[in-house]
Amino acid sequence: MLTENKPRVAVYKFTGCAGCQMELLRLEDELLDIVEKIDVVYFMMAQSKEDMGPYDICFVEGSVSTPRELEELKVIRASSKVLVALGDCAIAGCIPSIRNYMSQSEVEEIVYDNITPIRSFRVRGIGEYVPVDINLPGCPPHKNLIYETITAALQGILPDIKHHPVCVDCKLKENVCLLTSLGRACMGPVTKAGCGAICPSVGRVCEGCYGPMSDANPDELAKVFRRAGLTEEDVVRKFRKYAGITEEFRKEAQI
Amino acid sequence: MKSTKVEVCYVARVEGQGAINVEVNSGGEVKRSEFAIFEPPRFYEAFLRGRKFDEVHELTSRICGICPIAHQMTALRAVENAYGIEISEQTRQLRRLLAFSAYIQSHSLSVFYLTAPDYLGYDGVISMAGDHRELVEFALRMKKLGNDIGEVVGGRAVHPVSAVVGGFTKIPTREELSPFLDSLKRAKKEMLDAAKTIGGLDFKTIDDENELVAIHSDDWYSVNEGRLVSSKGLDVQEQDYREVIDEVQVVHSNTKRSTVRGRDTFMVGPLARVNLNRHQLSTGAKKAVAAVGLELDSMDPFDNVRARVVEIVQSIDESIEIIRNVDLDVAEQPVRAHIGMPCEGAALTEAPRGLLFHGYRFDKSGAVTHADIVPPTAHNSAHLEDMLRALSPGVVKAGGDLTFECEKLVRAYDPCISCSVHAAVVKGGG
Repeated sequence: MLTENKPRVAVYKFTGCAGCQMELLRLEDELLDIVEKIDVVYFMMAQSKEDMGPYDICFVEGSVSTPRELEELKVIRASSKVLVALGDCAIAGCIPSIRNYMSQSEVEEIVYDNITPIRSFRVRGIGEYVPVDINLPGCPPHKNLIYETITAALQGILPDIKHHPVCVDCKLKENVCLLTSLGRACMGPVTKAGCGAICPSVGRVCEGCYGPMSDANPDELAKVFRRAGLTEEDVVRKFRKYAGITEEFRKEAQI
Repeated sequence: MKSTKVEVCYVARVEGQGAINVEVNSGGEVKRSEFAIFEPPRFYEAFLRGRKFDEVHELTSRICGICPIAHQMTALRAVENAYGIEISEQTRQLRRLLAFSAYIQSHSLSVFYLTAPDYLGYDGVISMAGDHRELVEFALRMKKLGNDIGEVVGGRAVHPVSAVVGGFTKIPTREELSPFLDSLKRAKKEMLDAAKTIGGLDFKTIDDENELVAIHSDDWYSVNEGRLVSSKGLDVQEQDYREVIDEVQVVHSNTKRSTVRGRDTFMVGPLARVNLNRHQLSTGAKKAVAAVGLELDSMDPFDNVRARVVEIVQSIDESIEIIRNVDLDVAEQPVRAHIGMPCEGAALTEAPRGLLFHGYRFDKSGAVTHADIVPPTAHNSAHLEDMLRALSPGVVKAGGDLTFECEKLVRAYDPCISCSVHAAVVKGGG
């Protein structure tokens, strides 16, 4: 247990789509039991109570892309015992990080007539700025992983985050390998498991939405992709998607 | 008497980060009425450039975690329009089922989690569960039902994976879909009961005349395709959207104003749809209209809440029909796009929150050269400011809580600010 009383839990949103919060709210069967054990004290999308901390567990959805967010992140880090990066945006920017490979003025001018009031910089995961205790991968992280994080925290332990590739789960599902058998550009071999290999299970290549696995070998996978007929631009698009600014994928994510 | 000011820096129980600034002077005159957005921009229309036609729906899904299905359906249809792809009837029906599952999920969230606590006196659904356990349990079941159908059809509830350009990579089996029939029938009965509770809540009213805009078809309740129509006689094909809807940046406000060309701001969303598609309502939805006490001619934004209840029942009826009748014997293969020539395409759909536009241009390799996305909340935000202006003097005169009433009005629109942000100029300070 983290404290004598019910743990105080907060959910914050930075630059993101709210999909991770939606996945959390998808714990419909468990929600009423969970709130017996924890006290949700800050969750602006779901309730109008603004409790500014301290927090026992603080979930942060979204990346950091504005000065205001950076300031707020430092404040909530200081007032949180356990800080959780909820999903790919909070870990390494996810899809919106594609724009990090363009100049900031270029992206602003494409979207806005008047860029003067825009206060935005390149997206970064929250771990770039403050220490993070738990990274929950996925776009979005599966609700069971979020549930496990809460129940584990209640016992003072860490959730079991998978570090093996999607391929392991895919084999357990007895799917035909899209990469080796069909020559399709599947990101499974370098992508962290946890989704249940949902894309290959519906006949679609893994796009890498759980981010890089431990000890991934993107260099070799890129070679396999090239041999399968992908152009240099195609390979870049593959790696410059959900985790293009991570250390693991950065090299393959640029020409 | 001093002027009355409302400054809500972060409106709770809406998706994303928005603020309200309203000022009414001592003479009852509204000096300021702003729905400001401080959600950080994500620049989708910029970084989509250079991405391939077959990943556009996957990327734009991430514009919004509440309505990913709507963004996927719209992007897919825009791409298919660009490449002249005709989808199969099976694909059309399964996409409709996906869209209705999203309505059930999103509307249940809006009505019971985000709106009801205001009128029953709670800060949110969790604290409401103590005194209204049955209502909250029902709301959780409804939301779960929508999510579960979405998961079975789309392969994942939040950011589905099996819908692709030209069709589906895998279709659900009869065995997977049939069990939903009993849950849907039960949900309809319970929803018609809950409709009376929601209809009985003490909503304020705004009597202004508004233009309501939605897509429409004579043949079905339009969610994924239809003509663009309005309560003031607008009636054009979806490709002509940019010819009839204008977006202007104005000095006094930080949001762009969407207007019908030559006219004024307009409202999109559940009320507009129910109003303009009243002859396409199902038997159950008509019962819900009566149970929730909705006047079909209403143009009052607060009636969006009642219209959501009607559309939940409509979505249940439609889902039952589709599950019973969709042909799942043979999985149609996705229709392939033939790239090689530059092309462009656009599509309009109805996201749970209203009219959604996607338009794209592609080069000869199938890469995006231009992207244009206008989500429902971008359509509605100027109208919402007009309605804050209309609501405020009466509340001040009656000595009411202006802050709370403004927040309730904002929630009646169920704004989705993450979606809207590309079209809004972000307020200073980020």
